[in-house]
Amino acid sequence: MNHLESKFGQFGGMYVPELLIPALDQLEQAFIDAQSDPEFQKEFMELLTDYAGRPTAMTLSRNLVSNPNVKLYLKREDLLHGGAHKTNQVLGQALLTKRMGKTEVIAETGAGQHGVATALACALLGLKARIYMGAKDVERQAPNVFRMRLMGAEVIPVNAGSGTLKDAVNEAMRDWSATYDKAHYLLGTAAGPHPFPTIVREFHRMIGEETRAQIMAKEGRLPDAVVACVGGGSNAIGMFADFIDEPSVQLIGVEPAGKGLHTAEHGAAIGKGTTGILHGAYSYIMQDEDGQIEESYSVSAGLDYPAVGPQHAHLHDIGRATYAAVTDDEALYAFQLLSRKEGIIPALESSHALAHALNMADEAEDGTIIVVNLSGRGDKDLAHVHSILGGQTNE
Amino acid sequence: MSNQNFRNGDRNDDRYADMFTRLDAANEGAFVPFVMLGDPDIATSLEILKALAEGGADALELGIPYSDPIADGPTIQQASIRALSHKIHPSDCFEVIRQFREIYPDTPIGLLLYSNLVIKPGLEKFYNDAANAGVDSILIADVPLREADRFIAIANETGIKQILIAPPNASNETLAEIGQKSQGYTYLLGRAGVTGAETAATIPASELIAKLTQYKVAPPLLGFGISKPEQVKEAITAGAAGAISGSATVNIIEQNLSQPEVMLSKLREFVSAMKQATKK
Repeated sequence: MNHLESKFGQFGGMYVPELLIPALDQLEQAFIDAQSDPEFQKEFMELLTDYAGRPTAMTLSRNLVSNPNVKLYLKREDLLHGGAHKTNQVLGQALLTKRMGKTEVIAETGAGQHGVATALACALLGLKARIYMGAKDVERQAPNVFRMRLMGAEVIPVNAGSGTLKDAVNEAMRDWSATYDKAHYLLGTAAGPHPFPTIVREFHRMIGEETRAQIMAKEGRLPDAVVACVGGGSNAIGMFADFIDEPSVQLIGVEPAGKGLHTAEHGAAIGKGTTGILHGAYSYIMQDEDGQIEESYSVSAGLDYPAVGPQHAHLHDIGRATYAAVTDDEALYAFQLLSRKEGIIPALESSHALAHALNMADEAEDGTIIVVNLSGRGDKDLAHVHSILGGQTNE
Repeated sequence: MSNQNFRNGDRNDDRYADMFTRLDAANEGAFVPFVMLGDPDIATSLEILKALAEGGADALELGIPYSDPIADGPTIQQASIRALSHKIHPSDCFEVIRQFREIYPDTPIGLLLYSNLVIKPGLEKFYNDAANAGVDSILIADVPLREADRFIAIANETGIKQILIAPPNASNETLAEIGQKSQGYTYLLGRAGVTGAETAATIPASELIAKLTQYKVAPPLLGFGISKPEQVKEAITAGAAGAISGSATVNIIEQNLSQPEVMLSKLREFVSAMKQATKK
């Protein structure tokens, strides 16, 4: 039986082969023990502070918002070691791996950000990493593949299916079902079967906690809204977690609208999907009438996933969080705008959140304070954006 | 429902119980091949089911193609991909079963599939459609005991048997729960990992089988990594009620796609050899 709640309202659960249940139970127990173990917490905190660079800064944008009486803050996860928020929870799960006495780590990656974070944590902590990556993504994300290999991880291209993130997850789960005795599956987002959505949230919740402390120090009050992009939803749930019980703070998730929600090419599982099961959890997913999973699409590989974490599905259903969608073009515009106006090149993922936050800021009443989670930096996207813009940048 | 005992054959539509009674009397175990419905296409699929029955299959275990089969190795993944490339729908699969059922009214037919194909249309509709097509049992690869109750409830309402999996790493607690809830047969995993003939089953020690009997689970059929008659014999000697072979069967389909007649005759020969090995 589970010791932690395995569902968020009707969402979540453990829809995996019976074979994996003992491994998930072991993980849940290790997590519960670690959360109340001061030694574990101390080591995790030291890694976050001395290795990864927490707390991350919070920057008030100087030039983005035309109304001088509206404030837009950027929570700078882009400054974290590894280049994105991903490093937080990967360090936590890598420590859990060691705590369980396991020596190997399996991970999936889409754009390669979770793979890079996994590779660095495994290099640091002496774990053997093998990372499944869709064959198409291996080609599209060559620099990240090289980063992972430099840090000693084995990168395994997955040719099955669409050759993208969801197929990499399938392959990682298949691997795990044969190797759970010595390997931990270090899932990269707040999705998948229980206890992953809870563990990933708790290992990212310092994003929201720091934001709260920083905004209280600067403004003396809570923000009116926090905004974050949502693929699987890990950076968003990390930002939201500390504000869920603060009704005055709007929680806004931004999904990828790709080429438009009226087309089939998007990744808005909440916006346009229906409920179903993918990768072990009941949530909003993109599927056809029979229940076959559809391919998602986004210019941003990190948001290109046909499901969403189950807690987001629940927050949407109970009306606590609102989920918007931003197209490729809007995200690309925000990507360039932040670069031009503030000297910060954001990840394409984070550019989705920023684009929506900018629209909110334009329409906001005087005195409004908005925080957008700048979940990652854009270095990994430079070649891709360069090829899209054809060397031209606009404002 | 606690009277769903080991080999309880008092319902005349209980094809599994009838099968086990017949096999007991003949001093044989069961051989159950698995294939993916709609692989390689709908018309050939029906011919394949007939060939399996003609070869002597005691029951059939049938997949419905799915886009994201996390419990399957490459062979059965490819079978799904082949079927889906012809835009096979679950409704087409039920139609193949219905046609087979007209010819073979007594052969137990089980479905082995993934949860989202059941969740999307709704449990009640899916189980009713299956029952109407002539399906006897449903095994959902990604529904563990912990999530199984609502599926078992619908199964009971629609006269379908919900098949549960006993993995090699199952705790006594899990085995006891399977004992309370299992119907038809119990799918005994021969090893960890995903489906595939590349890694052979570890034939479980007689202690595990004895434990299954102690917990009164429905008759155990051993699956995962069974590709040779010797393994069938070994499984039955160890106390299993029979064996299931998926990837080895599907391999024959995959290797003979361009020559369906050869495929069908090889399937008949394979099943016949595997069935021969069930005789004690």
